[in-house]
Amino acid sequence: MLGYTITQWIFGILSFLAIMFALMVVFSRNPINSVLYLVLTFFCVAGHYLLMNAQFLAVVHIVVYSGAIMVLFLFVIMLMNLNENTEPQRTWLTKIIAGVAGGLLLVVLVGSLKGAEQLQLASYGASQIGLVKNLGKVLFSEFLFPFEIVSVLLLAALVGAIMIGKKEIK
Amino acid sequence: MINGISINYYLLLSTVLFIIGAVGVMARRNSIIIFMCVELMLNAVNLLLVSFSTLHNDATGQVFVFFIMAVAAAEVAVGLAILSMIYRNLKTIDTDILSNLKH
Repeated sequence: MLGYTITQWIFGILSFLAIMFALMVVFSRNPINSVLYLVLTFFCVAGHYLLMNAQFLAVVHIVVYSGAIMVLFLFVIMLMNLNENTEPQRTWLTKIIAGVAGGLLLVVLVGSLKGAEQLQLASYGASQIGLVKNLGKVLFSEFLFPFEIVSVLLLAALVGAIMIGKKEIK
Repeated sequence: MINGISINYYLLLSTVLFIIGAVGVMARRNSIIIFMCVELMLNAVNLLLVSFSTLHNDATGQVFVFFIMAVAAAEVAVGLAILSMIYRNLKTIDTDILSNLKH
């Protein structure tokens, strides 16, 4: 197909969709639409993970981001009853300045990456590190201590969120 | 090459996603949208970490992405609690009104 392999086609389509949905997150006026477009972006990123055979991360990404974090965002937006009419807008001047600043940053980063050599490593088919079995071995041997610390962090965040969210502390 | 795709394309894709997030932070006034754009930037970095991890056939990058996801979940829980408390007290989450620290 036009000299490209099927993987390259999938990569191109997923990248295009991810960038389009990410742009829609920034440009849509209704916050609910922004959240839904961000969920679609995350699905595209999960597709990229699958393309790199990082199966565990793809599943965790969908469960944690699309399943938990974005639902939390949706709930908060619905509790605050935000919609297009309540949405504060910046002036056009500020928006243009933000776009120009982002464009300049893009030029600098792409310019610095352009000189980078095309890294060519062994073919990907042999990469099995993203599978649950291999990742679990690394996670529970080399990174056991950080893994336990993360559980403490999540507990602290849980307690902190409840304390902040309470109406008044007696 | 990862999978017939050069690492440079992944670098380019992550850069573009990161910059869309950065522009969103600069161009929007709604705090929740700004928060979402920060998540987008985090995801761009995650994608790059996974691609380099696959490139070098080293699991460390993917383990780090796992930890970043856990930290992002904690951050979102606390951040949204703060935002909802601000909304309860001030009835707005417009960043131009939340400027007490400026004066």
